[in-house]
Amino acid sequence: MTDPLQFLLRMGDNSLVLGHRVSEWCGVAPVLEEDIALANTALDLIGQTQLWLGLAAECEDKGRDADALAFRRDVWDFRNLLLVEQPNRDFGHTMMRQFLFDAWHSLVLAALKSSDNSEIAAIAEKSLKEVTYHLERSSDTVIALGDGTEESYMRMQASLDRLWPYVGEMFLTDEHDLIDVAALYPAFDELTNDVLGTATLSIPTDNFTHKGGKTGARHTEHLGHMIATMQFLPRAYPDAKW
Amino acid sequence: MVMTKPTIDQVWEWLDAVPDPEIPVISLVDLGIIRGVAWLNDMLEVTVTPTYSGCPATRIINLDIETALNDHGIKKVTLKRQLSPAWTTDWLSEKGKAKLENYGIAPPQTAGGPAQCPRCKSAQVEKISQFGSTPCKAQWRCTDCLEPFDYFKCI
Repeated sequence: MTDPLQFLLRMGDNSLVLGHRVSEWCGVAPVLEEDIALANTALDLIGQTQLWLGLAAECEDKGRDADALAFRRDVWDFRNLLLVEQPNRDFGHTMMRQFLFDAWHSLVLAALKSSDNSEIAAIAEKSLKEVTYHLERSSDTVIALGDGTEESYMRMQASLDRLWPYVGEMFLTDEHDLIDVAALYPAFDELTNDVLGTATLSIPTDNFTHKGGKTGARHTEHLGHMIATMQFLPRAYPDAKW
Repeated sequence: MVMTKPTIDQVWEWLDAVPDPEIPVISLVDLGIIRGVAWLNDMLEVTVTPTYSGCPATRIINLDIETALNDHGIKKVTLKRQLSPAWTTDWLSEKGKAKLENYGIAPPQTAGGPAQCPRCKSAQVEKISQFGSTPCKAQWRCTDCLEPFDYFKCI
């Protein structure tokens, strides 16, 4: 059986990095309801991170815990998709990134629910309930903004054009993946066509894809800056208590 | 001192008196997150499932369970986290749902939205946001009395 460690790090790092990115909106979102929604989404993702990285730490068996994995690894040890480390930019861009990730995430978790590893299946079952809400909200928001004003349409199309080259990496299966992520593409294609079509947006036809996040070969320059902010406190004050 | 072990039913009764830290009108038992109580020799094992994976109340809940049982003379308490089957609002007790409604929080409905405004009982309600003041709640509004209110999300 494949050692699940790398895969668990991928799942945990995706939710950690996106959770941190989304939390950057806390207190500065365009309206109160969106601020609360973003903070709640970030909270769910960080909760899922504790489960995934907690299990990864157990698997690794080197005396580390979820916090040690989150706060004491450097960029080259992160195994998240390049999509989730992209900066927030404007609200529309944040919601487009969220939608593309939620669409993928919900399919992956649904597939993992039937994993023969009962701990992985349990985390997937728990997370999927939360991610179903995330997907509903990000789909609604992408539709509202895409099919909105001239300005919001323009910004959403620009976000889609900018983020689309990061979609391909989500569907590249390798030996560490516990499920065949490539096989999920048709369902993703159907979902994104439906939502983005309703949002009056055009999916780019160029299928060039950036890669290197989930393998750790090459992250974008944005991850290091994010991690520096995220890890500052526990690194400057090791073992600080809340 | 030899202490007789309280019965499992007695422990459930005590736990039913521990309020949820965020929504104190309902108990942890009403919330449906206590999944089991068992004696392992002289150690009491309480199985708890989280509502939402990132809910910050989880830590307080664990502390409150331990404190309540310690206060009733049970010194050795161990908490077991159970993720599967995942918590569902189907596990909310009928008593708990009624208390929520009286408190001003519309209880979860399988239809996906509140049945009525918890204040004026009008069925004319609309969603403001799927997310609210805690992970388990959404924000709704009554279009008759115009009051916004919390809805306990159905998951």
